[in-house]
Amino acid sequence: MTRTDPPLLRGLTRPRLRTPAPQAASRRDFLRLAGLTGAGAALAACGVEGQGGKQKVTTSDVQKYWSGKARTGTLRWANWPGYIEDDRATLKAFEKATGVKVTYREVIQETAQWFGRIQAPLSAGQSIGFDLMVMTNGIQLEKLRQLGHLAPLDHSRLKAFAANAGAEYKNPSYDPGNAFTIPYMSGITGIAYNTKYVKEDITSIAQLFDPKYKGRVGMMRDSQELGSFGMFLLGVDPEKSGPADWRRAADRLRRQRDAGIVRKYYEQDYVDAVSKGDVWLTMAWSGDVYSLAGPDVEFVVPEEGGTLWTDNLCIPRTAENPVDALTLMDWLYKPENIAPLTEFINYIPPVPAARPLIEAHAREAAGEEKADLERLSASPLVFPAEADLKRLRHYRRLTQVEETEYQKLFEPIPKGS
Amino acid sequence: MAGRSRRLAPYLMVLPSWLWLLAFFAVPLVLMASLSLQTGNLVDGFRQTFRWQNYTDGLHAYGGAFARSLWYGLLATVLCAALSYPAAYWIAFRGGRRKTMYLLLLLLPYFVSYILRTVSWKLVLTDNGPVLGPLRGAGLLPDGFHVLDTGAAVVTGLAYAFLPFMALPIYVALERMDPRVVEAAYDLYASRAQAFLRVILPISLPGVLAGVIMTFVPASADYVNAEVLGGPGDTMIGNVIQSEYFDTSAYPTASALSFTLMAILLLGIFAYARALGTRDVLEAARP
Repeated sequence: MTRTDPPLLRGLTRPRLRTPAPQAASRRDFLRLAGLTGAGAALAACGVEGQGGKQKVTTSDVQKYWSGKARTGTLRWANWPGYIEDDRATLKAFEKATGVKVTYREVIQETAQWFGRIQAPLSAGQSIGFDLMVMTNGIQLEKLRQLGHLAPLDHSRLKAFAANAGAEYKNPSYDPGNAFTIPYMSGITGIAYNTKYVKEDITSIAQLFDPKYKGRVGMMRDSQELGSFGMFLLGVDPEKSGPADWRRAADRLRRQRDAGIVRKYYEQDYVDAVSKGDVWLTMAWSGDVYSLAGPDVEFVVPEEGGTLWTDNLCIPRTAENPVDALTLMDWLYKPENIAPLTEFINYIPPVPAARPLIEAHAREAAGEEKADLERLSASPLVFPAEADLKRLRHYRRLTQVEETEYQKLFEPIPKGS
Repeated sequence: MAGRSRRLAPYLMVLPSWLWLLAFFAVPLVLMASLSLQTGNLVDGFRQTFRWQNYTDGLHAYGGAFARSLWYGLLATVLCAALSYPAAYWIAFRGGRRKTMYLLLLLLPYFVSYILRTVSWKLVLTDNGPVLGPLRGAGLLPDGFHVLDTGAAVVTGLAYAFLPFMALPIYVALERMDPRVVEAAYDLYASRAQAFLRVILPISLPGVLAGVIMTFVPASADYVNAEVLGGPGDTMIGNVIQSEYFDTSAYPTASALSFTLMAILLLGIFAYARALGTRDVLEAARP
């Protein structure tokens, strides 16, 4: 083009006239054509590349990841609300012992949502702003492993873990050889209810489906938690369930929703709702009820069963301070470090040696604190007995195909369709 | 030389905005269109298979959520118009020298983050909270009555969130009106009602119509209000799209749903503009 096309100039600089000049049409045609060609090319372009990484970890992988990495003195930790003391005593003790300064953020409310937030930066190889995070064993942790988003752990630097972790916390089925994760805490999914409003003992999952509590029941949004409770109601062990069981459970849960029994499907905000009395009974995580909920809220493991899950410490591959993260992971496995944390958060510590320490502490304490600690050290929710463990079930590990089917059944339920 | 640069100047001036549109609108749009026709999963990757069923599947599974979004958007828009017209009218005609201050008061809540404002409603409206608690205590509420986690809470939340988008265009249209026109109406023996219905309202209508678009479009695509204030029966399409993207990483489904929503809204706006004339709609935006 040697001269400026006057209509183009007008088109760019002035409001469009009501009747466009004929030249303008040809320009538009050109743009349309160009746009279509480009769009067509892009549409046909290959899709998003699969990122399935290696799941088997060799010593050389570990060496390759950790070589040249050194302690920096800072650590950014992403965790769930209510998972540490209000005054962050554990972090202060860690800082004092190691000199590593910890930035602690309670940014995880739900695994699926958290996964959605970190997935894009991780697959682009970017930092997610955290060096350590806590992930529940389940669909999303499995995905992080499959996608190769987690740093392989250097077990030569996890001496305390090797020495003190309980046998059932080593080499779990969801992470063979603890290649990428070590447990932070375990907990039980059961029922919490507000005794101010519920005038009977809650003992069973069937009560969550009782029309008497129409509009007063809270369920969890997480599809594994939700599906498991549907299966418990039907007498099915989630870990041994198949697609036919899933369909029946989904159908039952859908009827519960459509009958107006469920007021809302919650992330961790169920604690607030049940404490205030917006819902009277709700699916709940064991420790939350002690550390976060109001005084009227009780927790029970239903007679049909409850889910025993493990939250795991893991390092995103793009972490900027992985050595500091590893240091904290190992430090937590010293009984004297995890005992005070357990006393506050009331979840199941993966270190059996923490129990005698808490018992000893209870003997020394006085008054209300003593009663609290005695309750804690005897609590089947923090130190489950063999008989209790028999009633507890695990999530089912799902293959990629199964996961698609499972999600298709349960994931729309909280969304009202 | 000078002549040439003068000829190039307009291009150079629009270049940044063109590049901006290209990089942050056109390219993502095309990528998303491509994604909406793919199949696969996050771990194995997504491949282009031109699966148009993604669209029909999405409509089939979430048709209810689409309908609900449009319905809630409409209700919120009507509510917004009903609330903001009198307010804008009062400020424009009775505001006097304090007009600016009243406008500022109207906008003041919107200086706080959107999410924070919505979550605050949750605290206010909770069953035994500062509003419902005393009413319940006084026996004024039927058993089991609650506001939180209902469709009504979502609609009013939406109306509250998008109120300025309605109030400002109406205010601009009213403020710009020549007062002599109204005086002329009175001179010609119009009653107050007649003057309003036959002079003021028609002149301010472009503002209302612009406000309707600016409220309806974001309100029906919103997901925050349904998430925070709604129950399981109040899910809007925005929530579904959000959760398909971030919770299940079902990118093709989410893209297909997004495009369907966009198509519905565009067709709606197009029909609306056709019926009323674009001039009227754009009128309010003119300085």
